[in-house]
Amino acid sequence: MAGAAVLGRLTWRAADVVGVATETPRVKTIAFDVDGWPGHLPGQHVDVRLTAEDGYQAQRSYSIASAPDGARIELTVERLDDGEVSPYLTDELRPGDEIELRGPVGGYFVWEPSRGGPLLLVAGGSGVVPLMAMVRRRAALGSDVDTRLLFSSRAWDDVIYRDELEGLNGDGLRVHHALTRSQPPGWSGYARRVDAEMLAEVGPAPSERPQIYVCGPTPFVEAVAEALVELGHEPLRIKTERFGPTGG
Amino acid sequence: MPPIISRGFKGRRRDDAPPDRVPPGQYVTNDFPVLSAGPTPHTPLDQWDFAIVGEVDELHRWTWEELRALPSESVTVDIHCVTKWSKLDTAWEGVSIDTLLDGIETSAEYAVAFCDGGYTTNLPLEDLTGGKAWVSFGYGGEPLEPEHGGPARLLVPHLYFWKSAKWVRGLRLTTADEPGFWEQNGYHLYGDPWREQRYWGD
Repeated sequence: MAGAAVLGRLTWRAADVVGVATETPRVKTIAFDVDGWPGHLPGQHVDVRLTAEDGYQAQRSYSIASAPDGARIELTVERLDDGEVSPYLTDELRPGDEIELRGPVGGYFVWEPSRGGPLLLVAGGSGVVPLMAMVRRRAALGSDVDTRLLFSSRAWDDVIYRDELEGLNGDGLRVHHALTRSQPPGWSGYARRVDAEMLAEVGPAPSERPQIYVCGPTPFVEAVAEALVELGHEPLRIKTERFGPTGG
Repeated sequence: MPPIISRGFKGRRRDDAPPDRVPPGQYVTNDFPVLSAGPTPHTPLDQWDFAIVGEVDELHRWTWEELRALPSESVTVDIHCVTKWSKLDTAWEGVSIDTLLDGIETSAEYAVAFCDGGYTTNLPLEDLTGGKAWVSFGYGGEPLEPEHGGPARLLVPHLYFWKSAKWVRGLRLTTADEPGFWEQNGYHLYGDPWREQRYWGD
């Protein structure tokens, strides 16, 4: 079984905010020190719980962005303007605050370098978050597993982890960007939505039997997964995680 | 541990969400989010069937036409996804599992729903009978869309919605409770939203 050690009950834990970093105008990364954190696998998520003064509570799930690192975890959160929880996390939280979370959750959409490759990661917008945990884990362990990341964003300024990904490109990791709405002058990357032709160019070919992880908004994931099946990738090797228009 | 108060958090309560219909930890949405572990399968209806196998006297099988010829029911229910959203008053059309099991002899106490795409989920048989579960092919007066599980999905609204398996192709009746896909991957064996049975150990 793929799951991490979550055999006991996943209890709510106090999580201290130790850092808040701006990724893009709409996206922030919040770092927490979590009391008693049991560790996680790249791709897993946590449940966050907020409590108002009068006892009202709201819960949401967020993917873990960071590679395993002791009691420290990072969540990268996109602000949804009509969201209930995400604007609080991105706008209100500051170092010294404390919230509650429990996890890690999920044993399917996970990858460790020991599982080998080749690996194809396809991200739409903030769908990059669980895939980044895999990329970071790979780098932290010095793995040279053949990894392709195809990352679709609206514009260059919307690219989450842009500088870090530039730095990680190489050593068997190839990062390809697709910018769907606007491109900077002289842009030589993809300037359209992800399609079958793009996926064939980025590879690996179906004959190499890559492990494939796709994460993004539902229409993105539907289109990418369908194109991958069309290209001849085995459906059971395509793992998807989708988020709808709600959730924030 | 008493809950930690989140400084400055007020939340956004909904007046139109009766508390007795929203289980703990859930919020009400008007959207219909999609969650699936892999690509959406597209099985042509002339290759589709629904089977009841396992601890039964003989294989029971319905083609698409045969299933659609059975008496169907319209049901309006609230649904609750383990990812926290609930959707109230969803309108479905389907065939009751009672209708499918009518006349079938079994000593089984559990069932595993199996699906196109390899997905499975486990349920006690008593949660599928007594007017609590359907094979559903209509949503909101329209044929069920593939991304929501069409042509047909299980509908078991009193449990978290991952139990309402999309692209369902049959039930395997079993004497033991055999964990299905999400149940092997960290999610609760039973999944009662009112007891907030989301994950292992809940």
